[in-house]
Amino acid sequence: MSAADATQLGRRNDRLRRRHAVNRGMELLAWLAAAIAVAILGIVVVSVAKRGASQLNLDLFTKTPTATAFTLHPVAQGISNAFVGSLVIVGLATAFALPIGILIAIYVNEFAPGAVKNGIGLVLDVLNGVPAIVIGIFVFGLLVVGHGQSGIAGAFALAVIMLPLVARSTIEVLALVPNTLREAGLGLGVPRWRTTLGIVVPQAVGGIVTGAVLAIARIAGETAPLILVSSIAGSSVAWNPIHALQTVPVAIFQLSEEPDPQAHARAWAAALVLVLFVLVVSLVARWFATRSRRKLQGAR
Amino acid sequence: MSVVSSSIEPTVRVETKRQPLPPRERLETVFEIENLDAIYGSKSALKGVSLEVYKNLVTAIIGPSGCGKSTFIRCLNRMNDLVPSFRQTGTIRYHGQDIAARDVDPVAVRRTIGMVFQRPNPFPKSIYDNVAWGLRVLGMRDNLDDRVERALTQAALWDEVGDRLKASALSLSGGQQQRLCIARAIAVEPDVVLMDEPASALDPIATQKIEELMHNLKTEYTFVIVTHNMQQAARVADMTAFFSISRGEEGARWGELIEYDATEKIFTAPSDKRTEDYVTGRFG
Amino acid sequence: MSTLDTTSDVPRRPFSGRRVRLGDLLLQGVAGLAALGATVLVGLIAYKIVEGSRLSISTFGLGFLQRVGWDPVHNLFGAETFLFGTAVTSIGALILATPLALGIALFLTELAPNWVRGPVTALVETLAAIPSVVIGLWGILVLGPVLLNDVMPALHSALGFIPLFGPTSTGASVFTAIIVLTIMILPIVSSISRELFLGVPSELKEAALGLGTTRWEMVRGVILPYTRGGVAAAMILGLGRALGEAVAVAQVIGSFSGNGISWNLFNPGNSIGSELVNEFLNYSTTLELSSLFYLALILLVFSLAVNLLAQVIVRRVARRQGFVS
Repeated sequence: MSAADATQLGRRNDRLRRRHAVNRGMELLAWLAAAIAVAILGIVVVSVAKRGASQLNLDLFTKTPTATAFTLHPVAQGISNAFVGSLVIVGLATAFALPIGILIAIYVNEFAPGAVKNGIGLVLDVLNGVPAIVIGIFVFGLLVVGHGQSGIAGAFALAVIMLPLVARSTIEVLALVPNTLREAGLGLGVPRWRTTLGIVVPQAVGGIVTGAVLAIARIAGETAPLILVSSIAGSSVAWNPIHALQTVPVAIFQLSEEPDPQAHARAWAAALVLVLFVLVVSLVARWFATRSRRKLQGAR
Repeated sequence: MSVVSSSIEPTVRVETKRQPLPPRERLETVFEIENLDAIYGSKSALKGVSLEVYKNLVTAIIGPSGCGKSTFIRCLNRMNDLVPSFRQTGTIRYHGQDIAARDVDPVAVRRTIGMVFQRPNPFPKSIYDNVAWGLRVLGMRDNLDDRVERALTQAALWDEVGDRLKASALSLSGGQQQRLCIARAIAVEPDVVLMDEPASALDPIATQKIEELMHNLKTEYTFVIVTHNMQQAARVADMTAFFSISRGEEGARWGELIEYDATEKIFTAPSDKRTEDYVTGRFG
Repeated sequence: MSTLDTTSDVPRRPFSGRRVRLGDLLLQGVAGLAALGATVLVGLIAYKIVEGSRLSISTFGLGFLQRVGWDPVHNLFGAETFLFGTAVTSIGALILATPLALGIALFLTELAPNWVRGPVTALVETLAAIPSVVIGLWGILVLGPVLLNDVMPALHSALGFIPLFGPTSTGASVFTAIIVLTIMILPIVSSISRELFLGVPSELKEAALGLGTTRWEMVRGVILPYTRGGVAAAMILGLGRALGEAVAVAQVIGSFSGNGISWNLFNPGNSIGSELVNEFLNYSTTLELSSLFYLALILLVFSLAVNLLAQVIVRRVARRQGFVS
């Protein structure tokens, strides 16, 4: 039997040694994989930070791009029109998608019967699965053909992308609100709609805001649909969404494809601002989420 | 068969197939545990445990909940290594070799000192593969079918599953699954089989089958079992170790070995009052 | 007269029924309208894309998928080049990303010391948050030159006998696109896998280790088979992400508008997404516009099919896990 081996625990036979070698090899590979992931992120972040920071100055925000590429004297350039445009378009998209997304979530969570709930869940999943470029083409066909590009078309496209995100996260948060709260309101004789709007939604407001903010961070960087529906814009700062507005991601895209190193410099700077915006906003949203979750749990 | 009767009070009356112990000189030591302390993080779980486990016997570890029985048995096959905050001091000699030493390979230890767990945990594979997987990985591929059959036979499971080895292990009943886990453990030919409350999740009939198993397989393996069921220890064990909880300052609690002796003695004429209290049911 | 008369002046008809019900109806109506709107939206998207492609579908039919070449001058369009590019880049990214993602997930669940776990997890999730246009920018200006000057020539000299690794010419190539896509789908595959690995019951892991197997043997024998279905779903979701990525690919793939298919990964190429991003605004004929819509339709169908597949797998895995536990 194995009594003989049993007394020689410390002695490694060949097979055991080989198995341990394989194990060590696999561990090494796993460490390597993690190291690669860390390295990639590090390289990307450092590239953006380093190149972006060196080009970052106030002009980026305050000056508009020069009208032509051919000027005798280098002029300080910026992409102020892009920041303004992004602000307008993202703002409009949020104004459109947020209330509708919340309403959809209210319907799904508070009113919809089972089969309808699944159906709308499916609709939201499908909407979520449509590639952004296809949404851009859809909006192009809907709003641009015959009318030309516009900031409104851009906002609409971003709203379509934002909608399932806001709806899904709001549904999750509303589902977390304990039923006892609803029953308490109804038990008092308060009608359904007031219970929902006055008790349930405010209770969930922390999570709703978090979901909305994360969705905003996501669409702030969305490029593909905007290239199609709001990219041919003048270089001066414009606020009116009737016309196409320049946006930060589109500016980065266009600058990245130019051969001019000055353009690249501005692209890095803009990329740094965009990445910082997205990261800071996401961090704040998550911090807010943990805080409001603690409050939710404390209140129970 | 003999009936164990208690000279204290007739509270522990069981029928057992156990033979009387051979004299001490003829017992071979498998484990020699000296001054074992087990610590999780900053809390002691065991202090100062010293005992010897003998070959081809069933040794039972009994005691109230929280006295460190599971911790103790898991020290014997280095399973506690899997818990990051665990530390131990003292020695655990297996046939003279300290298995707690740094340079001892826990993988090799576990191959020789096998374990069956409290709740049956068969792999989500077929019955055959549950037994064969360990054999394949550990390099015992020759005569695989024979080895599987032998293990299942020893675990008293072959008659029930021999014709459906390809069926999923999860289609078996709880008792059958636990016997499968025993078959899995003994298929790789360990020297010792540790069992952590092997029948606590099973019904009485399944429990009986497992106790019979231990009795029959004693000749080939050494068993150390943890049980919270005193009657089971009285039925099945040759030696019994009684652990209990000691308390210290600031609410510190840890487990200690109180008494270790032949089962007959523990249950009929224990030396320590705490043992007597426990086996007569006055506490615990 | 009765001492039980209450003195409160609760009106005799306290339930002012109608006004209350109106509020409920209003909320339900408006909210339901929003839900209906989302449903209509999905239908509208499908309708518009199909409608836009109608001309091209009637002109080329299904042969569109096999035609090679995009020729506005002669009004002849075919999707083959772009289908090929999409397939190569997406599948290539999946092949590279999967082992990397599994390695990361295994590292985080089995190997990493506690203090490393949190930061690395956060790092991988941060990678997911970086906008694709920024990754594309980095791809053009940082990754491209490195690949062009160092990696691709090295691969070519070592493995040049395989047609995949032909001569190099530019930093903007299919290979660059594959690397960029790999980076982008890594987070989603690895975080789903990580969740799956965490869900493997510890008693199964202990059972394997208790037999005297090494950690890797336990991973291979218990963890990987147990999570097989979920990992497949994660891979499919990663594939879906890769299919939908248009902008970063457009920036680094080189937009090869020639009329052939090249197996050389180091050549520039084109995917459906990158063609749409780069060329959509440059259409010259209505047939070309319609063909671009046709491309979008193909992409839409693929994306939805992939998403559906992932859902089916998830459902089947959930059912089996439920049975197991």
